[in-house]
Amino acid sequence: MTGGTVGLLAAVFLACAVEAVEATTIVFAIGVTRGWRPALLGTTAGLATLAVIVGALGPALTLLPIGALRLVVGTLLLIFGLGWLRKAVLRAGGLQAHRDEAAAYRGLAEQAGAVARSEGRFDAYGFTISFKGVLLEGLEVAFIVITFGSNQKDGIIPATLAALAAVLVIVGAAASVRGPLSRVPENVIKYGVGVLLTSFGLFWGTEGAGAAWPASDASLLVLIPAVLVCSLAAVAVLRRGRGRPRLAEARAGAGS
Amino acid sequence: MNLVRRFLGFWWSFIVGDDWRIAALVVIGLGLCAAAAHGGLAAWWIPCVVVAAALWLSVWRAARRAPRREGG
Repeated sequence: MTGGTVGLLAAVFLACAVEAVEATTIVFAIGVTRGWRPALLGTTAGLATLAVIVGALGPALTLLPIGALRLVVGTLLLIFGLGWLRKAVLRAGGLQAHRDEAAAYRGLAEQAGAVARSEGRFDAYGFTISFKGVLLEGLEVAFIVITFGSNQKDGIIPATLAALAAVLVIVGAAASVRGPLSRVPENVIKYGVGVLLTSFGLFWGTEGAGAAWPASDASLLVLIPAVLVCSLAAVAVLRRGRGRPRLAEARAGAGS
Repeated sequence: MNLVRRFLGFWWSFIVGDDWRIAALVVIGLGLCAAAAHGGLAAWWIPCVVVAAALWLSVWRAARRAPRREGG
């Protein structure tokens, strides 16, 4: 197993785990407030739709020549990864609120409990919210599985298995605590996924554009820490910038 | 028409995200890299510089625009 494959599987597993935590919160909120039948039917329909998307788009992408594939996939992955990394940097720098699963669960449960339901009829509301939750959270993972998997020889199946393993771990953990997984360090994991997606996107996009990396695949061993350091420097600057007004206020308060 | 606009809007926001400038800089950086590589130059560093600049510029803009916490 090459370093690239290990990175691929780690990124897919972590991205899937973090999205599965968010989807589980939605499904649990619906299951507890509106019943488990519409929640589980919506989940099954969402997962089936995702399987169709991966099954159809994955093999279609591999038909492209490897150079064009790496350019297209690298560009998409880089844009996508920088989006994750930007959000993670803003969260770590204190400019954007951290995601709180317990608060999200309470809000969703309150909202779902307030919507009326007819006795004995199929709960379309519960089904739709679960379906949309699983589909939208899973779409990012499907995108990562397709892009990462199509760039490695026979990579779609291992990437899909890594995603399924993450879903099983998260659903198992949520079932055992019977609630949302508010103790999973989601924001840290998202930061890590952002770093990995950006690094792999940069690597493949550059190769796809026709440039060669000085140390070939081993360049990733420098690229990943470099992306991490660059983003952490941005976090440090943000924190310093936010600390200044508070310090000035504290000094003004002490002086008055 | 409205449905098509919503469909395209969803994919735009899904892939491009909160700041379209990042996507624009990535495309420009990889384009410059392709041009330099086809001219026989060592071009691997161009996307690296552009990616670092894109991240920093986007974060800097967000910091300037939002002195308070954004939701999400």
